[in-house]
Amino acid sequence: MATYLEFIQQNEERDGVRFSWNVWPSSRLEATRMVVPLACLLTPLRERPDLPPVQYEPVLCSRPTCKAVLNPLCQVDYRAKLWACNFCFQRNQFPPAYAGISEVNQPAELMPQFSTIEYIVQRGPQTPLIFLYVVDTCLEEEDLQALKESLQMSLSLLPADALVGLITFGRMIQVHELSCEGISKSYVFRGTKDLTAKQIQDMLGLSRPAVPIQQGRPLQAPEQPVISSRFLQPVHKIDMNLTDLLGELQRDPWPVTQGKRPLRSTGVALSIAVGLLEGTFPNTGARIMLFTGGPPTQGPGMVVGDELKTPIRSWHDIEKDNARFMKKATKHYETLANRTATNGHCIDIYACALDQTGLLEMKCCANLTGGHMVMGDSFNTSLFKQTFQRVFNKGLNGEFRMAFGANLEVKTSRELKIAGAIGPCVSLNVKGPCVSENELGIGGTSQWKICGLDPCTTLAIYFEVVNQHNAPIPQGGRGAVQFVTQYQHSSTQKRIRVTTIARNWADAQSQLQHIEAAFDQEAAAVLMARLGVYRAESEEGPDVLRWLDRQLIRLCQKFGQYNKDDPNSFRLSESFSLYPQFMFHLRRSPFLQPILYAYSFHGPPEPVLLDSSSILPDRILLMDTFFQIVIYLGETIAQWQKAGYQDMPEYENFKHLLQAPLDDAQEILQTRFPMPRYVHTEHGGSQARFLLSKVNPSQTHNNLYAWGQESGAPILTDDVSLQVFMDHLKKLAVSSAA
Amino acid sequence: MLQLLHIPNPSQEWEAFLQVLDHLILHFIMGIMETLTPHMQHLSLVFQSPPPPNNTGPSYPPSSLHSQPASPHTASTSCTTQLANQLNSMQINSYGPSAIQSSHTSSGHPASFQGPQPLPLTQHQMALPPGPQIPPPANNFSGLCAQSSLPNMARQDGIPGSGLPNPNLQQLPGQTPGPGYHPQQGNYGPQMAGSQLSYPGAFPGGPAQLSGPPQKRLDPDSIPSPIQVIENDKSSRGGQIYATNTRGQVPPLVTTDCLIQDQGHASPRYIRCTTYCFPSTSDMAKQARIPLAAVIQPFATVPQNETPLYVVNHGEAGPIRCNRCKAYMCPFMQFIEGGRRYQCGFCNCINDVPPFFFQHLDHIGRRVDHYERPELSLGSYEYVATLDYCRNNKPPNPPAYIFMIDVSYRNINSGLVKLICDELKTLLDKLPREEQEESSAIRVGFVTYNKVLHFFNVKSNLAQPQMMVVSDVGEVFVPLLDGFLVNFQESRSVVNNLLDQIPEMFADTNESETIFAPVIQAGMEALKAAECAGKLFIFHSSLPTAEAPGKLRNRDDKKLLNTDKEKTLFQPQVNSYESLARDCVANGCCVNLFLFPNQYVDIASLGLVTMHTGGTLYKYNNFQLNSDSPQFLTDLRRDIEKKTGFDAIMRVRTSTGFRATDFFGAIYMNNTTDVEMAAVDCDKAVTVEFKHDDKLNEDSGALIQCAVLYTSISGQRRLRIHNIGLNCSTQLADVYKTCETDALINFFAKSAFKAILSQPLKAVREILVSQTAHMLACYRKNCASPSAVSQLILPDAMKVLPVYVNCLLKSSVLTGRPEIPTDERAYHRQLVMSMGVADTQLFFYPQLLPIHNLDLKSDAVPAAVRCSEERLSEGGAFILANGLSMFLWLGVSTPPELIQGLFNVPSFAHISTEATLLPDLANTYSKKIKSIVEHIQNQKPYTMKLMIVKQREQPEMLFRQFLVEDKSIHGGASYVDFLCCVHKEICQLLN
Repeated sequence: MATYLEFIQQNEERDGVRFSWNVWPSSRLEATRMVVPLACLLTPLRERPDLPPVQYEPVLCSRPTCKAVLNPLCQVDYRAKLWACNFCFQRNQFPPAYAGISEVNQPAELMPQFSTIEYIVQRGPQTPLIFLYVVDTCLEEEDLQALKESLQMSLSLLPADALVGLITFGRMIQVHELSCEGISKSYVFRGTKDLTAKQIQDMLGLSRPAVPIQQGRPLQAPEQPVISSRFLQPVHKIDMNLTDLLGELQRDPWPVTQGKRPLRSTGVALSIAVGLLEGTFPNTGARIMLFTGGPPTQGPGMVVGDELKTPIRSWHDIEKDNARFMKKATKHYETLANRTATNGHCIDIYACALDQTGLLEMKCCANLTGGHMVMGDSFNTSLFKQTFQRVFNKGLNGEFRMAFGANLEVKTSRELKIAGAIGPCVSLNVKGPCVSENELGIGGTSQWKICGLDPCTTLAIYFEVVNQHNAPIPQGGRGAVQFVTQYQHSSTQKRIRVTTIARNWADAQSQLQHIEAAFDQEAAAVLMARLGVYRAESEEGPDVLRWLDRQLIRLCQKFGQYNKDDPNSFRLSESFSLYPQFMFHLRRSPFLQPILYAYSFHGPPEPVLLDSSSILPDRILLMDTFFQIVIYLGETIAQWQKAGYQDMPEYENFKHLLQAPLDDAQEILQTRFPMPRYVHTEHGGSQARFLLSKVNPSQTHNNLYAWGQESGAPILTDDVSLQVFMDHLKKLAVSSAA
Repeated sequence: MLQLLHIPNPSQEWEAFLQVLDHLILHFIMGIMETLTPHMQHLSLVFQSPPPPNNTGPSYPPSSLHSQPASPHTASTSCTTQLANQLNSMQINSYGPSAIQSSHTSSGHPASFQGPQPLPLTQHQMALPPGPQIPPPANNFSGLCAQSSLPNMARQDGIPGSGLPNPNLQQLPGQTPGPGYHPQQGNYGPQMAGSQLSYPGAFPGGPAQLSGPPQKRLDPDSIPSPIQVIENDKSSRGGQIYATNTRGQVPPLVTTDCLIQDQGHASPRYIRCTTYCFPSTSDMAKQARIPLAAVIQPFATVPQNETPLYVVNHGEAGPIRCNRCKAYMCPFMQFIEGGRRYQCGFCNCINDVPPFFFQHLDHIGRRVDHYERPELSLGSYEYVATLDYCRNNKPPNPPAYIFMIDVSYRNINSGLVKLICDELKTLLDKLPREEQEESSAIRVGFVTYNKVLHFFNVKSNLAQPQMMVVSDVGEVFVPLLDGFLVNFQESRSVVNNLLDQIPEMFADTNESETIFAPVIQAGMEALKAAECAGKLFIFHSSLPTAEAPGKLRNRDDKKLLNTDKEKTLFQPQVNSYESLARDCVANGCCVNLFLFPNQYVDIASLGLVTMHTGGTLYKYNNFQLNSDSPQFLTDLRRDIEKKTGFDAIMRVRTSTGFRATDFFGAIYMNNTTDVEMAAVDCDKAVTVEFKHDDKLNEDSGALIQCAVLYTSISGQRRLRIHNIGLNCSTQLADVYKTCETDALINFFAKSAFKAILSQPLKAVREILVSQTAHMLACYRKNCASPSAVSQLILPDAMKVLPVYVNCLLKSSVLTGRPEIPTDERAYHRQLVMSMGVADTQLFFYPQLLPIHNLDLKSDAVPAAVRCSEERLSEGGAFILANGLSMFLWLGVSTPPELIQGLFNVPSFAHISTEATLLPDLANTYSKKIKSIVEHIQNQKPYTMKLMIVKQREQPEMLFRQFLVEDKSIHGGASYVDFLCCVHKEICQLLN
């Protein structure tokens, strides 16, 4: 058998699934002692260029409470044309179309390599994708110009039949009517007054035509949605108009007096965007794309007042519950996000400003609807421009890498129940036999809605083993999980992707080493990180940290090898070896562990420890934190560069050395979404902070003994270094008192 | 018995009342029979009749009239003699001296009566016995009011001329004889100038002079004629120079054209008073009950040949004002101590003269620079205001005009929207500007609306206009700042583009609901945001029923008429309009409303903001593009071009002893002294009532200073000052002598129209009648020499007061009849509230011009005739105008050549009454009559649509309502009847 690493990788590639444990503890009690819950990271739409979708409906288990999809794990009686559901053991007749099946003539869904399969189904009318731009005009001229250009450019990237709409806002909100000849027309709303969806539709004159249709043919009305309203028009029809309209867009004309922030009505603008789509295109794939250049300063959802003398809430204000508008604003955006999710639309937020923009309050809009959230310094940066462009990237088969309105349903075999999910989704509140009462993340349901998703969208799904200790599972028994994702493909087709996986059960007492070996520490770190972040939403920061620490200590106690009260004897097996380090960096930053590469004349580029000791004068470092790509020239390198050695023919190798990290960075920059912030700095440069704040502070001003030219750069911080952290961890893990 | 007249006459008591009336009338007649009035021969008609032909000039020189307490005795005498002779002969002819004994006739036959009765020589009175017996007009001098006859018993409908204040006179049975009475005018000796009407009946001592057969008809010529009064004044003062150099002088009538020279008191074009001599004490004032009021039209248009107002600049310190009362430097300030100080004429405070203003005094104590400084020598002038006088101490921006067009289905369909848009394209070049400026500083903005509001961005650098829809009408706001208000010259192409597009944009509309209050709100907010004052031009057509603030329902209810709730019809339906008006005024937003209703639109509500913001209300019922466009477009053009003061605040200061207590007009009052007007234009007049605080000093007189702080059309902050000095007297006679009936009517109309908001119509009407009677009775008691109670004696200056008051009582506003649309009444009410004296005069007593016997060679407008059917003739053609409507009435036998000349059709039958304009024809008739029409229209605030009315055709009914001396179809009393009524009241008061 291949190694677990290979197994994990294989599974991920085929099914888009990574479990924290790949061999499952067979009883509830044992499972809880594993510390890291049984959970998986699911990438429902993981790109599978090798997977041609089948063009028929899936075959479902006939038991109404089950309805699992026929899959390779099902036992099939080819002669009787029967199949047994592997979740509920119901015996089902094959539908008539399957009359010709046999061992040699199997439908795709029964073939083992099709543990993940995608169906194209015909359901309802196909509505074009909708893109609603919500544009802040309280921007600096340069920023606005850049944004306008990006938006104009984006029109050419949209699917030709996509509907597009434009809302601009500043002190007021303008909903632009497209396709007006001779005069440009917009509906204007004040930014201080929240409106219900009904009011918005009334005011936009959208409510009237719907009435006669519904009265006349109530059943057909939903099938015949108004294909276009005045505010949402097919891009191929109005791209000239809209290009002009965008071109004429002016900065918010209302004067901003000295000492004031511009009045920015983001809250109402979003509310109107949501209301507009809610009324016209419920349950169709739609993206609301919010571009904002600063915090909302008035109306519902305001984050800070317009007086510049009152600074925007700081971390300390939030800590002390002293952020005046925060609760109200958060509530406003949460309500909006929930409505949006209900309608199956998603909200992207592109916030570009040097100061804060209130993303904290608005984050739920993107989080609950599966939208993107992009933060940058200015719209006039390649960070924004390229990121935005990448929203419209096409996949390997020329399709837009976006999907909408997904409904994810999880089915489990009976030893397992669903505890919850963490990710860009909302609960659909579907209770069922496989739903656990203990919630982890968004629980209490077996179905979630993911309004916007792309091939990278990943959900963490947590399970609970419910099998009792005294009801052993027969040797060789396997637990199964089925993920059924129904979604609107970017081609507007309705599709269903079904992934069915199974894992072995193992008795934790007798076969702990099997379970241990099948631990996926990367997945586990991510799953724990998600839990930690999820907890942080509702709990105090220090409590979450304590919880993380405790979990880590318990894990070490459980799986470490040591002699009691002898920290030096502590060892972790290979499958756990990196986990504490992940946790260390998770505690230090909101993100997981960045990667650090070193470039020098001493050899080829190599990954080095994310540690201050790695910062050496004759090295170029490349750090990738996902959101940032930092190139850092060591002191000597920087001096050489200043001296211009790279331009001298005899030092061409130095030129190449300088170039190598740049090339590598470019490669990352070109594929990563959102495009990372790209920082090029050097020893002593102000932006070196991006590197220094991330590395493990193994040398600080506190441990002076390490001061020395050759041993890396000291970091001025009171944070503990990884070494200290590990020492401490070991001590606690082995402590008999714990 | 006479006291019985006090019985109110609710309709259910008609029967009883009629009996009383019968009785009364009989007694009047008896009185008439008994008292002939030989002294009528001594009547002096100096003050109201035209000078006898042989008179070399006016019976008094205008300059001396007011400088002397009484008219020249000699002149009166000569005049008296002559007229007396005429009267005498007339009386003899008609009645004979033995009329005393003749019994009154049976019902339906007015008993004719009598003549003048002798009075002491010092008192020339015209005695008019009541009763139907009236001498025939043997000697029918045109307008000679000395005629002592009038009962109207013999009218076709047989309605007696009972002096009922009740409008329903035509319901009276015809057999009741009405009382007759004699108009009589007299000159009461050197102190008195007046005419009196007396019922001589209770004056048994008088020799009976009249006798003869009972008359069938009273001769209306025998009662004071407004036309005569007007014509007399025209002939005596018309075309002359009237210099305002004397305190308390009575100006020529509003109907008289003359050249006015400001020599220290404001021109009567700016200020007219009900009396130019105030009673010294409040007791006197209470006794006389003459309203003490001034009608101030601060921005009145002055003819080209009169000097426009000088602008005075006192520099950075601002205008010089009295330290105590804050009155502005004016001719009433008395310089003392060699010019170093001055005493305020209003509060007597002694102020230092600021050094920069110092000037030496001459030998008569007058500043050497007296004639160089308008503020020292003129009644009216302007000051440049400093920043202290500006909102937020910032110089104002030039005002803006916002055009707000109702684009609901009706207006689109009628073609109105297109008409307005097309017209605006040319009109916007004619925005008012300062004389010296090349183009107007006024900025313009555009809004259209139906259920929602559409704002337009017409910034000059735009390729095409931008439309911004505001559908949040519940809380309306202005969606844009930059580009909404633009300079038309700069944004011409965008604006024209917009105006071209608006009719098309809404061509397919089927929106029929409209909003209204949010429209005003939006305009006001726009001005507020732009920090400027301005005018909204709203073109609206229907009851605003869409869900929005200020939503109205049709609450017109004829059942409320003549009940205590009738007043609610004149009150706004919802409160929001009041607060809207307040906000508009606070932001200098004047609302001009052009209404195009097809049915009830609740003008009482819609017009409220217009009313309080100094705006003008125009109404075009059942607007038809073909026939109504000219009228509407002329109104629109005129309104846009009007010279206007914006964001105005007026303060009326008075000298000690009296003060302004009540203000009527298109104004808003936040407190008791500041008259706020979002805008005030040339046609708007504020009527100010004064009350005594204390005794007035005869030497110092009563001084009034009206200061209007405003923003000019170019955005300059200015103060317009009007000063006028009135006399004071301890003699009531002086007060009566200097009364101005036209101003009195203006005051009565406004105060009555205001009162109907809070009081039942009936009470208001009764007050009007009783006050009229009171004023006259007081005169009778205190100024006229003793005479029989039954004599009706009218002061000369008030001799047409009864007819005017009757016209007022007959106005639709004060007539609760279901035939009169409520909106029409509310509309008239609103218009009158802001009218000046000339406008009310014409409105209540329309001009009726015969045009069938024109002197085609002369440029003159023919003399008007009295508004009575009797003045019409089958062979005649007449033009009637009241400032709002104009009629061309054609008798059935109008000469064919006139018809041909006017209409280019062969006969009466061919004339189309559809036309609202006379065709342009190249003949003298047509040209002459068109020029007359133009002349009538000239300087009137509203364009009158010409209606062609043929005698004996249905539309004639409409026309007849304007024959105000006759009984009206809506029940208004005839002039004669009303006179009787007033007389009875007076008699009761005297008893």
